[in-house]
Amino acid sequence: MFAHEFVRNAWLAGTFIALACGVIGWFVVVRGQVFAGDALSHVAFVGAIAAAAVGVDERIGLFALTLALAGAMGVLGRRAQADDVTIGITFAWILGIGVLLLTILATSAGGASGITTANTLFGSVYSLSAGAAVIAAAVALAATALVLGAARPLLLSTLDPELATLRGIPVRALGLAFLAALAVVSAESTQAVGALLLLGLIAAPGGAARVLTARPYRGLALSGAIAVASMWGGLALSYAIGALPASTAVIGLAAGAYAAAGIWSRLSGSGRAGG
Amino acid sequence: MTPSLSPNPIDDLRQLLTYPFMVNALEAGTIVAVLAGIVGWYVVLRRQTFASHTLSVMAFPGAAGATLAGLPTALGYYVACTAAALAIGRTGRGGRPGRAQGGESAVIGTVQSVGLAAGFLFLSLNSAVLSGPETLLFGTFLGITRGQVLVLLLVALGALATLAALARPLLFASVDREVAHASGVPVALLDALFLLVLGLAIAATSQLTGALLVFALLVAPPAAAQRLTLRPLAGLVLTVVFALLTIWLALAIAYFSIYPVGFYVTTIGFLLYLLARVLAPTHHPRHR
Repeated sequence: MFAHEFVRNAWLAGTFIALACGVIGWFVVVRGQVFAGDALSHVAFVGAIAAAAVGVDERIGLFALTLALAGAMGVLGRRAQADDVTIGITFAWILGIGVLLLTILATSAGGASGITTANTLFGSVYSLSAGAAVIAAAVALAATALVLGAARPLLLSTLDPELATLRGIPVRALGLAFLAALAVVSAESTQAVGALLLLGLIAAPGGAARVLTARPYRGLALSGAIAVASMWGGLALSYAIGALPASTAVIGLAAGAYAAAGIWSRLSGSGRAGG
Repeated sequence: MTPSLSPNPIDDLRQLLTYPFMVNALEAGTIVAVLAGIVGWYVVLRRQTFASHTLSVMAFPGAAGATLAGLPTALGYYVACTAAALAIGRTGRGGRPGRAQGGESAVIGTVQSVGLAAGFLFLSLNSAVLSGPETLLFGTFLGITRGQVLVLLLVALGALATLAALARPLLFASVDREVAHASGVPVALLDALFLLVLGLAIAATSQLTGALLVFALLVAPPAAAQRLTLRPLAGLVLTVVFALLTIWLALAIAYFSIYPVGFYVTTIGFLLYLLARVLAPTHHPRHR
C-alpha cells in the first residue's frame, strides 16, 4: 500500500502527530488537564472555519485560535489551570461563533463548506499533500522535543509545585509553555484526526500508560508507543476496509488499548488500582 | 416567509406566534430550559462539567446511529446518552473531575472520543443523512413537531420527578461527600442516578441546541446563578429564570435572522455569565 503517495504522506504525518499526542497526552493526564485539551481541540475547529471565512490558510486560523485560548486559560487560571466551568462556557461560546461563521460561509460561498466542515471536525489524514505532511511531521517533532527537553522540571512542577518553586523552577511559565505546546499539537493534529476526535489520541494512550506504570519515563515512552501503534494500526485497517474512516479506526484502537490496560492491571493486581 | 422586524415589539411577538413551528420551538425551548437549568445547577455544584460535555457529545453518535438504523433520532439521543452515563458511572465516583485523579478524566475523554468516532463511522456509512453533521452538532429549532414537544415534556417530568426525590440527599452528597457517606447516604448510588438524570436532560436539550452547544443552557445559567447566590432554592429559581431568558431571547432573535440559533444561545449564555462575574467578582471560598 506504500506505492501510493497519499498513503506515504498519511503515515509520515500520522506517525509524528501520534508521537506528539502520546507524549504530551501523558502529561495532560497526569496534570489533570484533559478538559483543557478537550476545549483546545474543539476550538481548533472554529479556527479552521474562521480562516476559511476570511480566506486565509486554514493553519493560520488553527494556530492563532488555539494559542490564544491556551494563553487565556493560562493567564486566567491559578497555576495556569483554568476553572472548568469557565473553560466550558467560554469554549461553548467560541463554538457558537464557529456555527455563525459556518452559516456565513455556506450562504456566501456555498457548496464546498460541507466538506470542509467534515474534514475539520473528523480529519482526513489521507488527503494531506506531501508539503503539508512534512510540515505536520516537523511541527509535531518539534513539540515532542520541546516537551521531552523540559520533562524533568515539568514533571517536578506537576507533582510538587511547592518544591519546584523552591528549586527555582518557573512553575507558572512552564504551565503556560505546556499549554502552548498542547495548543500547537492540537492545531496540527486537527488536520489528521480532526478536531472532535483528537482528544482520544491525547487521553487514551496517556490514561493507558498511567494504568500500566507509575514510573514517569516508562509511562512517557509507553504512552508515545501506544499512540503511534494505534495510528499505524488504524491507518492500515482503514486502508484495508474501505468503509472505515481512518480517524474512527485510530481512536477505536487507542481506546481499546486503554480498556485492555485497565483489564490487565485489574487481573494482574500488581498495577495501579484504577481504570 | 421573510420575517422582518417592526418597531413595535407587540407586533413582532404576535408575528412570532402565528407560525405553529415557532410555537412548538418556544414550548420545547421552555421545557428544555427548565430541565437543563435545574439539572445544570447540580452539575455546576458537583463540578461535573467535563462529564456533561462528554454526555452532550453522545447525542451525535446517537442521532447518526438511529438514522442509520432507520429509527427516530430522538430515540438515538436518549439511548446513547444513557449508555454513556452508565459507562462513565461505572468507572467509579461518577466521573467527578473535581476530586478526580487524571485517570478518571482520561476515561471520560476516551468515552467521548469513542462516541464521536462511532458517530463519524455511522455518518460515513450512511450518506443519506440530510443536512450532514452540522445540524446534529449545532442544532436547529425548525421542524420540531407536536409529538417531539410531548415526548420532551414527558422526559422532563420524569427526570425532574426523579431529581426532586433525590434533591436533599444529593445536595448533601454534592456539598460534602465524605460526611454524607459517613452518615449513611448511599453516595455511589446517588452518583449513578444523577448521571442518568443528567443523560436524559442532555439528550433533551441537545435536540434544540445541538450536541456541542448544550453548555449554553446546562452550565452558563447555573454558573451565573451560583456566582450571585449559594442558597439552593434562590439559586435554582434564578437558574431557571436565566435559562428561560436565554432560550426565549435566542429563539426570538434567531427567528428574525438568517443565522443559527446555536450562535445566539451560546452568546447570550456567555454574556450572562460574564455579567454575573462582573456583578459578583469574588469567588465564594468553597469554589476554590
